[in-house]
Amino acid sequence: MTGLLRLNHIKRLWPFYLLAAPGILYFIVFHYVPMWGLLLAFKDFSPFIGIWDSPWVGLEHFRDFFSTNDFWLLLKNTLLLSFYNLIVFFPVTILLAIMLSELRFSLFKRVSQTIVYLPHFLSWVVIYGITISFFGPSGVINHVLEDWFGGSANFLISNDWFRPLVVFQAIWKDAGWGTIIFLAALAGINPELYEAAKVDGANRFQNIWHITLPSLKSTIVILLLLRLGSSLDSNFMQIFLMTNSLNLDVSNVFDLYVYHVGLEQFNYSFGITVGMFKSVVSLILVLAANYAARWMGEDGIF
Amino acid sequence: MKLKRISAFDGLNVLLLILFSLTIILPFLYIIAVSFSPPSESLAGNFYLIPKRLTLAAYEYLLQAPTFLRSIRNSVVITALGTCVNLIISITLAYALSKKFVPGRRIILLFIFFTMIFHGGLIPNYLVVKNLGLIDSLWAVVLPAASSAFNIMVIRTFFQGLPESLDEAARIDGAGEFRILFSIVLPLSKPIIATFALFFMVQYWNEFFSAIIYLNDTTRWPIQPLLRQMVAIGSSNISSEAALDASLAAQLGPNVQNAAILLAMLPIIAVYPFLQKYFAKGALLGSIKE
Repeated sequence: MTGLLRLNHIKRLWPFYLLAAPGILYFIVFHYVPMWGLLLAFKDFSPFIGIWDSPWVGLEHFRDFFSTNDFWLLLKNTLLLSFYNLIVFFPVTILLAIMLSELRFSLFKRVSQTIVYLPHFLSWVVIYGITISFFGPSGVINHVLEDWFGGSANFLISNDWFRPLVVFQAIWKDAGWGTIIFLAALAGINPELYEAAKVDGANRFQNIWHITLPSLKSTIVILLLLRLGSSLDSNFMQIFLMTNSLNLDVSNVFDLYVYHVGLEQFNYSFGITVGMFKSVVSLILVLAANYAARWMGEDGIF
Repeated sequence: MKLKRISAFDGLNVLLLILFSLTIILPFLYIIAVSFSPPSESLAGNFYLIPKRLTLAAYEYLLQAPTFLRSIRNSVVITALGTCVNLIISITLAYALSKKFVPGRRIILLFIFFTMIFHGGLIPNYLVVKNLGLIDSLWAVVLPAASSAFNIMVIRTFFQGLPESLDEAARIDGAGEFRILFSIVLPLSKPIIATFALFFMVQYWNEFFSAIIYLNDTTRWPIQPLLRQMVAIGSSNISSEAALDASLAAQLGPNVQNAAILLAMLPIIAVYPFLQKYFAKGALLGSIKE
């Protein structure tokens, strides 16, 4: 009887493992095998010798990496971009979400949302193309500058304009989309709070300050911590497209450096070393962010 | 009828939102205008938004340019393949993991979740694709992005929300597990399948970087890398290909470049109304928390 039961049980379970198999295989091949490849950071990998026979070199690549001037420049560029996004992009999304939620004309609200969400779905290449049409040497911005002020600017090949332009692109593409998570949180606010505030004679700004913003606190704290946790991640597609030899002093970030060293100069082991440094620090930061969220009495990210 | 009293607050709010919306809309209008103008007009800056002379030359050129058409065809193949593969892998795994009676499910979930916070990174990924012999194959663009932890978690949460009594009843009636999945669960999951199908389509149509690193043979390129080459300006890239890119771009003229930008985003604009219908319902805000 027990044998029959067990047989029944297995007969019922194997289809689930069969269904799960392709997905598990995918995660092994395209996510776990590459983690294994991180070992190459401790070897002097040459494709001609092969992964196994390449000699171990211990921490040599790490020592080399940390002793270069590149390291400090990359760290500075990466952190500055994250910082500018944090202090400009992030507040803009919150502000935009509050503005959308305060709209009292539903048709205008729907139209606004339709417009501001759209750029999120465009590729970075398309946005790069639009940027060139606007900020390029013969772009419309330079025509306006010439017509009205008699001057022009090299936006795309300048160290000074790189960061503002990249933050502006990020806002243009994703600020609207970023409001969704705040709007979802705002939808959960009890309308009675606003009714009560109205009875007490509060104006709209007081409503926002005393009801709306406090209701967004958990969402803001969690997203803020997530952003801090991913400080070393740059928006690689965006940077890859916007970078060039004339703005490399400010545009060279860890991700880009890995690409140049590893896939253009074929210095695999050194590229993997830089990538691994980034992955490990990011992991620590995310875990710390999660811990901090719990410590602050929030649910935590996971 | 109650008239809404429009305060200064509302007025300012509407004004600011109109300004923000304009910064999004005006670039589109400008791109359209340039694509229909003779290059001499836009290069000289003879107009800002309303072209003075119209020409279809850019579209006539692109719609019979073999390289451009080939890249569109590659993009269509990648998008179709990728969407199907992604749907199959993600749905089957998410479904299996949504069943509480499947032993080992928590450890598999943890195994998948870990990929969200730790990555091998660019070069190990490249070496895997290379060792699988996928260089210069369209599968190199499809397979590495064939699922993601986030998608699995969201689809799984959806499946868990379906009433268990349904498949229990079918099981008692003797239906096999595959029959239950295909005839009962999937028909009930049409909205989430449609949502993810649309997101996967957008994801693959917009795919750019994996094509750059995995497809050395530019005849296999989809539209995005070709578009970058078409719009690249002088010294826009550090690699030695940059000079080539720039000279090609200079020959094309702004009308062709902007027409290419428009054609590359056209499929996205076409599916956008459907996309919006689903994400507006918060379909993707499903919790990824275990």
